[in-house]
Amino acid sequence: MRKVYLDHAATTPLNEEVLNEMLPYLKEHFGNPSSIHSFGREARRAVEESRERVAAALGASAEEIIFTSGATEANNLAIRGIARAQQKKGNHIITSAVEHHAVYDTCAALQKEGFDVTFLPVDEYGMVSVDAVAAAITDKTILVTIMLANNEVGTIMPIAEIGQLCREHDIIFHTDAVQAIGNIPVNVKDLNVDLLSLTAHKFYGPKGVGALYLRKGTRLNVYHYGGAQERKLRPGTENVPGIVGLGKAIELAVKDLEAKTNRIKVLRDRLQEGLLAIEHTKLNGHPQQRLPGNLNVSILFVEGESLILSLDLKGIAVSSGSACTSGSLDPSHVLMAMGLDHQTAHGSLRFTLGVNNTEEEIDYVLEVLPDIVTRLRSMSPVYKGSNK
Amino acid sequence: MYTEQVMDHFTNPRNVGEIEKADGVGEVGNMKCGDIMRIYLKVNDNEVIEDIKFRTFGCAAAIATSSMITEMVKGKTITEAMKITNKQVAAELGGLPAPKMHCSNLAADALKKAIENYQGNNNQVNNKIEETGNNCNRDCNNCSY
Ligand SMILES: Cc1ncc(COP(=O)(O)O)c(C=O)c1O
Repeated sequence: MRKVYLDHAATTPLNEEVLNEMLPYLKEHFGNPSSIHSFGREARRAVEESRERVAAALGASAEEIIFTSGATEANNLAIRGIARAQQKKGNHIITSAVEHHAVYDTCAALQKEGFDVTFLPVDEYGMVSVDAVAAAITDKTILVTIMLANNEVGTIMPIAEIGQLCREHDIIFHTDAVQAIGNIPVNVKDLNVDLLSLTAHKFYGPKGVGALYLRKGTRLNVYHYGGAQERKLRPGTENVPGIVGLGKAIELAVKDLEAKTNRIKVLRDRLQEGLLAIEHTKLNGHPQQRLPGNLNVSILFVEGESLILSLDLKGIAVSSGSACTSGSLDPSHVLMAMGLDHQTAHGSLRFTLGVNNTEEEIDYVLEVLPDIVTRLRSMSPVYKGSNK
Repeated sequence: MYTEQVMDHFTNPRNVGEIEKADGVGEVGNMKCGDIMRIYLKVNDNEVIEDIKFRTFGCAAAIATSSMITEMVKGKTITEAMKITNKQVAAELGGLPAPKMHCSNLAADALKKAIENYQGNNNQVNNKIEETGNNCNRDCNNCSY
């Protein structure tokens, strides 16, 4: 059966060049980077070269990069580490209502531990406003953490402006840039961030490896104890093949960025036009300030999981903010924060395009989806029929 | 994650639709939890379910359980039908993923409501709201997958 992968925000396939760079570190170059013999030195060299690559891609310097097991760990390390390091100064943290759980739940946990956390609301497009951040700042604010681009609806936040504001108030600023890398330019200086999280598998790198950018001079409390790796901030023997893969993947991700994403955007817009031509559909996310590969639409009167499964039977892989797919019966906190009603949220479908998608694939989706929608609507007790 | 039987009933649901002048109609679920099932009954003088149809908004488990129960009770008396449990429906489908057992397995409840509606001779759809607040409060906090 034909297979069409349109779930790149969940994860991406490993790039062949990335794999080829990783393979020697799974085989002959298996040394521990902390060993001083030739095996160790070979691994150390690879780790440090990868650090240079990550730094170069972000406009940072190598000593500002800490390798982690992914963005979840980077976010935890950043938020918990700053909260603890700054707690003498204050106890107030500002974040948004649409963060990934790796940020949202970390902030919620700190709230339970006694920190004062503001979860900023968003507008109907999932956008955080700079004014709202400004209004929330108090003399107790120690950390602001707002994502660069949302993973569900693709909305791109005004991070450079929020960063500027935080600098003016001498407040540390962290951003979860997971979805942005390889999709929009990400430069830590332009964005005025002190910390930034990323994970390799969202840009054609391997799973289980990521990094935290920590601006020089920013103090972080440790919360894992062990060896002296990653300046003791992230102890434990390095995932050498993963780190090598991350370095190569990010180098490729930022190369020819504009040409790549323009191509993806053309396909995305084609899909968007076709989908919104179906009756009773609605675009979720910002119409313009949105990741080039993201298309989140609600298909009214039907439920997301049944749409996903129906598409899956046709070989098409997408995701949804519907409850059935989230593990609880409540629909996505992102869509709810945007003010969607339950039905619209339960009927959401997320298509995220990548570099390998083709026009034929998009046309195939547009060919099969209307019949699926018609079939599911014909079963729905809330569908009152076509307007046509 | 779903059995072949579930996928079969999801892709080829039996008895979808409405019955005009139904003898009993029952509805359970709500939009907050993301599933609504409505069952229509035609019952003859011998209290046998002559015809049954459903409409469901929801995930594959919700659709498959609705479809399955219509097959299970067609031709049965309402006394027999009343005895069917959500668990039995799931078992007929070869089981449901653990989180769905509690979350989306409501077809027997919908059927019971339809029968009660028939017995009360009241053709209004019973639209009881089972949830309060803005969240789905159904007990399925152990859903993890
Ligand atoms: C915005 C965002 N942050 C964090 C993560 C977590 O990344 P990982 O699972 O690789 O730790 C993801 C991935 O799902 C994400 O989309």
